[in-house]
Amino acid sequence: MKSFDELSLKEIVDEVQDGFILGIPADYSGVPMKFTKELIKKGVKNLKLYCLPLTTIQGDMLIGSGCVSEIEAAAVTLGEFGMAPRFSEAVENGKILIKDSTCPALHAQLQATEKSVPFMPLRGVIGSDIQKHRKDWHVIENPMRSSGVREEPVLLLPAVQLDILVFHAPCSDRNGNIQIGRRRELATLAHASKKVFVTVEKVLDIDFFEDELSAATCLPALYVNGISIVKNGAWPCALPGVYSSDNEEIKKYSLAAKTKEGFGEYMRYCLK
Amino acid sequence: MNLDIQREELLISQLADLLKNDKHVAVGAASPIPGAAALLAKEEAKFLNKRLRVTILHSNKYNNFTDGARELFDCAAQGRIDTFFLGGVQIDGQANINLVGTGEYPKIKKRFPGSFGSALMYFVVPQIILFREEHSPRTLVKKVDFISAPGVSERDVYRPGGPKYLLTNRALFKFNKNLKKFSLCKINEKETVKNLVKVTGFDFDVDNKISQMPNPDTNRINILRDKIAPMVSEFYPEFANRIWGI
Repeated sequence: MKSFDELSLKEIVDEVQDGFILGIPADYSGVPMKFTKELIKKGVKNLKLYCLPLTTIQGDMLIGSGCVSEIEAAAVTLGEFGMAPRFSEAVENGKILIKDSTCPALHAQLQATEKSVPFMPLRGVIGSDIQKHRKDWHVIENPMRSSGVREEPVLLLPAVQLDILVFHAPCSDRNGNIQIGRRRELATLAHASKKVFVTVEKVLDIDFFEDELSAATCLPALYVNGISIVKNGAWPCALPGVYSSDNEEIKKYSLAAKTKEGFGEYMRYCLK
Repeated sequence: MNLDIQREELLISQLADLLKNDKHVAVGAASPIPGAAALLAKEEAKFLNKRLRVTILHSNKYNNFTDGARELFDCAAQGRIDTFFLGGVQIDGQANINLVGTGEYPKIKKRFPGSFGSALMYFVVPQIILFREEHSPRTLVKKVDFISAPGVSERDVYRPGGPKYLLTNRALFKFNKNLKKFSLCKINEKETVKNLVKVTGFDFDVDNKISQMPNPDTNRINILRDKIAPMVSEFYPEFANRIWGI
């Protein structure tokens, strides 16, 4: 039935090399937690996390496990369960470089790569300390006389290409098209990434393109390098439309990760 | 029914009062109280035969977007969102907000989550309501340690939006863009202006029509507890459980 070769989780993990820019989906768009744990087991180093636009437990675990040298994000947080303790500790002690950004800028930088243009303009941001500290961002005067209200300053953001993106999705069809529903930021991430791997709950023996509804809500297989079936692959994060987050577990993590020792103990149990 | 108004319910009620003229209110991350307020305002608008659209980013159900997480920012930049809420680790007297941390950036002492979408939303949404429950000299400061988004901008910067109000546990301030200053307009019944001067790190004016924060009436409380609370539990289960035990 399938027209693609299914990968093992290990084969996907092996695609991630030290120093790669790894695309990180937000907590609402399919966090590949099983993959993340395998990545930590492998002991990958110096990852540069590019979050669209934020990360929760996934980023915090990778940082706490010493896999990350740099992170570009608009926020790192455990949401209702408070701050991301390993992230905060790592930044406060200068262990990782944080490129502070803001959500629309993180989207725009990938959108530039989607269109294969060198930069993307964005309004707002000017006069903030985010802008002040981003030496890779530039402000120019609007050169377009036909659009824009007057000679206004406009921020330019560089195109960013990811080395690899991994996310978790409800299902693929038999041709390897991935159901992403309304989580279109996953398409943005995929379009801007050299390689894309997806873990899915299941593979359906249908063709998403045969129906207008499913065709409009899928990421075409053309952007996907490999798929692995991983049940409960987002746990304890939610998989929107399929299962909600395991709040007890995230709370447990948030308490344990407050100290280095607690985090270590949690990870030993969690990586078993 | 127990009519003892909880602190959070009073805040929800204050915020709902500020949304009466809106057509579209959006609510971002980590905002259960603004989320509840927006849904309450939407419900109450129905009685006046008005339609208020509410987009709650962290909800699948109360969410109008289908084009991914960037749609909120595109939609706001197009002027399609009337009110949005922002918080801050620190907020200063010129309405600069800091969501990044305390200490001198980048060698930060205490790191918080980050700026989220504030650096665009603050510029383009006409009514930004700043909301910070804790009202103390460490949250309301003379000058923020890091500007996630500035309260006011140079004249040549595109800025149709900006801060209109600041609500805390203790008080409601209005922001005066021309004076670059907050003005105290409502205070919690347990507060005095004198004490507010003491616990606020920045200087502020006092409105000549200053009044007490009104408690929500029975009708509003009923709607909030019966109808809104279960809705909130869909996207902020911890909060709904803590406040309403559901």
